[in-house]
Amino acid sequence: MSSEIEAAFADEPALVSYVAAGDPDAESTKEYVRALVRGGTDVVELGLPFSEPVAEGPTIQQAIRRALDAGMTPDRYFDLVAELREEVDVPLVCMTYYNLIYQYGSGEGGADDGREGPEPFVAAAAEAGISGLIVPDLPVDESDPLKEACETHGLDLIFIVAPTTTDERLGRMLSRASGFVYVQGRLGTTGARSDVSDDTHGSLDRLAETDLPKAVGFGISEGDHAREIVAGGADGIIVGSAFVDIVAEQEDTADRLEAKARELKAGALDGAPDLPEPESK
Amino acid sequence: MSSESKFGEYGGQYVPEALMPAIEELTDAYERYVLDNEDGFMDEFRERLRDFGGRPTPLQRADRLSERYDREVYLKREDLLHGGAHKLNNALGQVLLAKYMGKERIVAETGAGQHGTATAMACAYLDVDCEIYMGRTDINRQRPNVFRMRIHDAAVNPVDIGSGTLKEAINETMRDWATNVEDTHYVIGSVVGPHPFPRMVRDFQSVISEEAREQIREKAGRLPDSVVACAGGGSNTMGAFHEFVGDDEVDLVAVEAGGSALTIDEEEGLAPHSASLSTGDDGVLHGARTKLLQNPDGQILESHSVSAGLDYSGVGPELAYLADEGRVTPVNVGDDAALEAFHRLSKTEGIIPALESSHALAYLEEHPDELGDLVVVNVSGRGDKDLDTVIEESEKRDLDAAPSMEVFEGEQ
Ligand SMILES: Cc1ncc(COP(=O)(O)O)c(C=O)c1O
Repeated sequence: MSSEIEAAFADEPALVSYVAAGDPDAESTKEYVRALVRGGTDVVELGLPFSEPVAEGPTIQQAIRRALDAGMTPDRYFDLVAELREEVDVPLVCMTYYNLIYQYGSGEGGADDGREGPEPFVAAAAEAGISGLIVPDLPVDESDPLKEACETHGLDLIFIVAPTTTDERLGRMLSRASGFVYVQGRLGTTGARSDVSDDTHGSLDRLAETDLPKAVGFGISEGDHAREIVAGGADGIIVGSAFVDIVAEQEDTADRLEAKARELKAGALDGAPDLPEPESK
Repeated sequence: MSSESKFGEYGGQYVPEALMPAIEELTDAYERYVLDNEDGFMDEFRERLRDFGGRPTPLQRADRLSERYDREVYLKREDLLHGGAHKLNNALGQVLLAKYMGKERIVAETGAGQHGTATAMACAYLDVDCEIYMGRTDINRQRPNVFRMRIHDAAVNPVDIGSGTLKEAINETMRDWATNVEDTHYVIGSVVGPHPFPRMVRDFQSVISEEAREQIREKAGRLPDSVVACAGGGSNTMGAFHEFVGDDEVDLVAVEAGGSALTIDEEEGLAPHSASLSTGDDGVLHGARTKLLQNPDGQILESHSVSAGLDYSGVGPELAYLADEGRVTPVNVGDDAALEAFHRLSKTEGIIPALESSHALAYLEEHPDELGDLVVVNVSGRGDKDLDTVIEESEKRDLDAAPSMEVFEGEQ
């Protein structure tokens, strides 16, 4: 069984692009997503802003702040997702933190309405058209309830493999991961960097035998990085801060996002060793 | 020997994957060194707490408070611990543990600056590199502690995001830890964060109730009717309560900061108080499931207290659990009452308490009858760090209890 997200990696190296939903407002986010898709984005990671984004560096923290100040909420996020699904046909992945998932739907009825835990959020996400979830503060050890809800509603739960992840933990993650494996390219937080870390190559080597697509994120900002990473064995790249930097500047935003996506996608294609003959994947 | 990661439904380990191996390593070290005393770790810790820290701290009968409330009131004098607060118990324990684990660098967050000071002090004593994150608001209201940290040779990094208080400082320290996890230990300052922190910090702080339990038996011939302690994250609280948890006849009262009001300003995303234990909802923040100040969507609210050390939107998971079980009674008092209690203790007993501890003393003033005939109040720290705040806030409110400060202005 291959999910919509896995399928997006099937033919060529994929570009996964992140923007924070509602930065600087919901209408602009739609325009930016369309531009990223025109530029060759295969999967869109749409951040649902949480007030305490501990895994993010300054660039994305500020984007999240702008989105919250502009009034983004989980319900408005799901509306935005539903609207986007009418316009673009790439899978949308929700990236957020566990408290928002946990809290959703416990509002009015509270614990009394029997809708405790992550299920109401996942149901609403599936209904809106989300294909998968990335939850950076939810390690595999605490993921059972969310995994179960994702299976019920047909969503992929994507796990992050860090440079520090032990083989034992890696095994546990791979036994329940779907969609793709998010390879954290370096220690620390998100943010554009000017080089590719050695950690990236080490992680890709460790994952060489894995069947799921492997996408590398944290720090990628240029076509050359994309080329190097794909040549190193990745099936895709994940880019966030480099796009969010463009959004922050608010100058020819859509055109520049499209051009940046094109550059990154071209780099990724360039890095693919033997693309012409689609080989066994 | 194993250690549970949860207290009922509370606790757990909700952190980025990059930190999980370090947390597993820490859990292993906690079990071996703290729980099993491997290599005599706990013996060394106790000895250093004695010789460097100045333990045991006294349990003092407060004569005039006893008279005022017509009951026996005893004060556990954590203000007399080296550094001026209970925070050293934990900081010394964790910095020593980090050394046993071979870590070369310490990071810590601080709110009131008291934990940062204790950590910087322990690092200077044990010769380890130290970096402290502190919110800009707290830097401005706790300058003496900023200087103390610098004097102990710690780097102090201001955090400008959000309201610039403890919550933001914790986020930033977690980011540093996630970047430098291989050689760095995060000395978290309260019974919060992912397992094993809430248990480990409680264990290091339990020396407070261990001593208090012995001391009150010696002095009063029996266990107290109640133990009262203020609760920010809840480390002095759990430290003062832990050895009494099994004594059902002892009431355990956790006093939170009621701030200026107990309502919530939804529009501003702000709670003008820090009473997460008495008014918060279940959620996940900073690595643990616990009670939090949050809006219905799950966005964390900014908290407020006149006392920087209580100004936090969460609380330790074990306290959340003990409150649900009915074992701990969560209560709160407002900023004004805390300021008055600060002046009262200073005037009547010759002890200048921290504004945090003043909350516990204010509860004693407001509800003495609920505490029984024999009461132990934990004075978690001394108030020297709070003098600027107290003078400014007392003047603003025209507090009766506050002395005139005019004499210092040079014109009689
Ligand atoms: C003297 C004093 N008491 C209490 C606290 C609150 O922390 P906790 O609730 O962890 O004891 C602080 C925190 O800085 C403090 O400095």
